[in-house]
Formats: sequence, structure tokens, C-alpha cells
Amino acid sequence: MANKVLVLGEVREGALRNVSGEAIAAAKQIADGGEVVGVLFGESISQLASQLIALGADRVVTVEHPHLKSYTSDGYSQAFLAVYEQEKPNGIVFGHTALGKDLSPKLASRLKSGLISDVTDIEGTGDDIVFVRPIYSGKAFEKVKIKEGLVFVTVRPNNIKPLEKDATRTGNVESISVDVKNLRTIIKEVVRKTSTGVDLSEAKIIVSGGRGVKSAEGFGPLKELANVLGGAVGASRGACDADYCDYSLQIGQTGKVVTPDLYIAVGISGAIQHLAGMSNSKIIVAINKDPEANIFKVADYGIVGDLFEVIPMLIEEFKALKVNS
Amino acid sequence: MNIFVLVKRTFDTEEKIAIANGKIQDDGAEYIINPYDEFAIEEAIQVRDAQGGKVTVVTVGDVDSDKQLRTALAMGADEAVLIKEDLEKLDQYSTAFILAEYLKDKEADLILAGNVAIDGSTGQVGPRVADLLGINYVTTITDLEVDGTNVKIVRDVEGDSEIIETSLPLLVTAQQGLNEPRYPSLPGIMKAKKKPLAELELGDLAINEEDVEVKVEIVDIYLPPQKAAGRVLEGELSEQVKELVNLLHSEAKVV
Repeated sequence: MANKVLVLGEVREGALRNVSGEAIAAAKQIADGGEVVGVLFGESISQLASQLIALGADRVVTVEHPHLKSYTSDGYSQAFLAVYEQEKPNGIVFGHTALGKDLSPKLASRLKSGLISDVTDIEGTGDDIVFVRPIYSGKAFEKVKIKEGLVFVTVRPNNIKPLEKDATRTGNVESISVDVKNLRTIIKEVVRKTSTGVDLSEAKIIVSGGRGVKSAEGFGPLKELANVLGGAVGASRGACDADYCDYSLQIGQTGKVVTPDLYIAVGISGAIQHLAGMSNSKIIVAINKDPEANIFKVADYGIVGDLFEVIPMLIEEFKALKVNS
Repeated sequence: MNIFVLVKRTFDTEEKIAIANGKIQDDGAEYIINPYDEFAIEEAIQVRDAQGGKVTVVTVGDVDSDKQLRTALAMGADEAVLIKEDLEKLDQYSTAFILAEYLKDKEADLILAGNVAIDGSTGQVGPRVADLLGINYVTTITDLEVDGTNVKIVRDVEGDSEIIETSLPLLVTAQQGLNEPRYPSLPGIMKAKKKPLAELELGDLAINEEDVEVKVEIVDIYLPPQKAAGRVLEGELSEQVKELVNLLHSEAKVV
């Protein structure tokens, strides 16, 4: 169905995001033996092109321009449409990230195309390819097909397995110049709020707190645990409504939907709308005083106990594990 | 100021999902205004109260969506428009097309929407509508200041905040934290009954069946596999903690 697929490589603080490798793996399956072309925008990004190739791209097209240093929908859509015109692909894959969510609908509109957002799995190849995506925040799933035209999808971070990195792979890197202009949006400033520096959507491990954490200070031990594990901190709606933490950390049907390898739910009762946001995590640990709490129904492992006793012990045990392994 | 809000009727967040014959069952289900759209309605009302003008809420859906539109009117919106079409027959491409056809001659200064609907969660319709109208858009906003035609926005980007300057006309999509949506007051509910709620057919917008042919097709809907009950650990708390770390390391292999 699609014998040439473009993948937008996403750069965050100078590094290629993990989801870009996952997007290349998805593009390989869509291309079904055809060509996968990596696309990179920004300033001094050519060294990242070899990483896209190591991850499976056959070649890479870059556009460097001062207006592409920060993402804007105007700047990136102009650059992407220029690459599209040159390459005339049959497929496009983005990560379902803040950038991918913002840019893909505009491009799909411009290209008069369908778009399947937030794909977590791909079944089949060629004309029989079907995309799996969660609906109702993971309470159900749907399988979707492109009926007509471009195969345009965004893939959710942490779900599609990237290819093994192979630094011996080679491919052509071409830089094209695009006159990026008339940006209607000016970014004045970016305020970093993510405490551990690990983004929730891409975090492999999430330590999440609920009302049981009792205060903003109560989140301190959770942050420490997340740091020890190299993970991120999340929260339930209850904890956000009570002002223990920022709404940007909220996980649930209103809030972020996450699928980490390990989700540690601390003092979270497990309301349906919270479970929708995290129940597709690979391993779930529940720590709660109430043995009847709903969260234990979805947990793989549970500890009934006071979180303020359990978390410090967990921190020590994980530190010991790190030292020994 | 001419303000429009795009809203969607969705299942209540506390609803469980049941499926029969490849379709979501809605018998007895509670419906609400998509929670992210409530932020959009609240913000629209606040902007109108500060700047003057009119707030029109617009939805595409079946006749039952009039309940959610009445709620929006009771919150304080001035007018409502229901474009009648079975959402199951549409995808994001065709829904955006319908909304843009309705909006194209309305000279909207500001259009607000939720950043996603909690059912389909594609987040596509807002940016698609903006593109079809040829206006700028900013997604997942947590603060909005309108001064003349200048607009200052704080945008949530995966937990970080971008401070943005742009101008009207503009479409924005609301993120949690933008405001506290008000509950409709009793006088508000009484007033809402008399506010205009127009019902339109696709024909009224000169839209043909071919214009709204879908680009993507849902071939199956199913529930995730039921998780087997997990293990609640036992014994001394310190022993449980040791066992948990051991299980996560050796059995689950996630740390």
C-alpha cells in the first residue's frame, strides 16, 4: 500500500526522542519493504541524521533554518510540506507527542487526508494493514483502516518496539533549503516545570500519588523514589484538585494517558477515570492503606500499608539493588 | 467579539464501557459535555464578559446533543447551534469539514474547543477546522489574555509551559488548568430555555454526501483483556518491601 513513508524525527534539547525510533519501526511495517525516509528540522541537526539511519531509516532529509529551532505549527508545516512535495510519499508517521498532536491534524487537513492518531499497535502489512488505538482513554480499543489516500498515523510513545540500533547502517543525508516565513506565533519563553526532567508520556517508570499523599510536601518521598528509579512523578485528579501538585501531572481520562513499564500507584484509590489513564501500564504496583481500594483490582503487586512507611523503605531497597547490580 | 465554542457530547468519565455487536452500548449511559470543552465554554464566557460580544456553542451530533447545548447556554453562552448528523458516519476529516463549512462566513474572532474529546481522543478537529478556515491555532492552552487583537497565551507542552504571543482571529484548544468551569445556576437554567438553539441539517450548509465521505474506517471495537487479579503481599512490612523489589527485578524485570 505504502512504498515510501516519511518519519519526522523529533528533537528535544538537542537529542533525538525515543519515540522517533518507535515511529521508524512503525514506518517499516507500513512501507512493507519500501523506503523509510527520516525528516529532521532545526538548527545544527545533521549529526542526528545518522542516528535515524542507525534506527532503520534508509535515508534522511533535513531542513535547517533559524525559524525551525523552536516548534511552531506554521514553521514546521511549511518545512514538512516542502519535503512532502519533493518526496511524494504514500505514508507519514509522527510520534503522538505534544508536537505530533499539534502538527499532524494541520498537515492532514492540508493534504486532504485521513489521520489515525495515537496508535499503540499495528497488525498486518500492505493493503491489509490495521491500526490499533485506545478509545475512552483505554477503557476500549478500536481497529482502524485507512480507506483512501495517504497512510498518516501518529504512534503513542512506549508502545511500538524500535529496531535494534545498528551503527554500521549507512544512508544518504540530504539538506534542502526552505524559506520558512510568516510565522503567526511567537514563543517568548519556555518555563520548565517537569521536576525529574523525564516526560510522563515517555517515562518507563512512573510514581504516582493520590489523595492519600495528603499534602504537597507528601509528594517529596515520591519524587525521591522517582529519581532513584529514573522515572517521572504523576498524580490522580484528587491530588491535583487538592492542590498537592500541578495539573500537568494529572493522569486519567481527563489528564494524561500513560503506558509505562512500571506504574507505582501510591495512596490512589483507583477511580474509574484514573484507571482509564494508567491501566494499560505493563506492571502496576499499588500501595494503599485500604485493602478494599479499587486500585488493587488492576495491580500486579500490592502492599497494604502506610505509604509514609513503605516509600522510604522502597527507596532504600532500590538504592541497594542499584549498588548490587 | 464574535466567539464560537466547538463542543462534543461524550460519555460521563465514570461510565464503564460495554460492547455488543462491535458497537459501544449506550443504554442508560450518562452523557456530559466533553470535560475539556467545558474549559473552552468557561473561557469563552469570561472573554465575552471582559470584552463584550457573543458566545455561540456549536456541535455536530444527534438530536440528544441539545441537552449538552442547553447546559452550555445555562452556563452563560448566548446561542447554540446543533448540526444534526450521526457521528458514527463521520471521521475527523468530515467532522472538521462540516464545522468549517458552518463557520466560514461567520467572521469568528476567537474559536475555542477542548484539546481532545475523552471518547475518541484524537485531538484533530480543532486544528483541522483552523486550517480549513485559514486561521492560526494554539493547542493545549492553560492561560489566555486577549487585548484588542493581541493575544497572550500560556501553553502546556508535556508539563512545561510555553509563553506565546499571537493575534486574532485564532482557534485555541483548552487544557486542564485553564479555569474552573462554573456550574449552571438556577436562573441560568431558566434563561437558557429561552435562548436560541438552532438545528441545522447538512443540506442547510450545502454539504453533499460526497463532501463528508470518510477517509478512515473503524473495523472493530473491543475491550482490553481482563487483567488477572494481582498478588497482595503479606508478612512484615519491611519483608513485603524486600519481596516487592525482588519481584519487580527478577519476575517482572522492570527495574
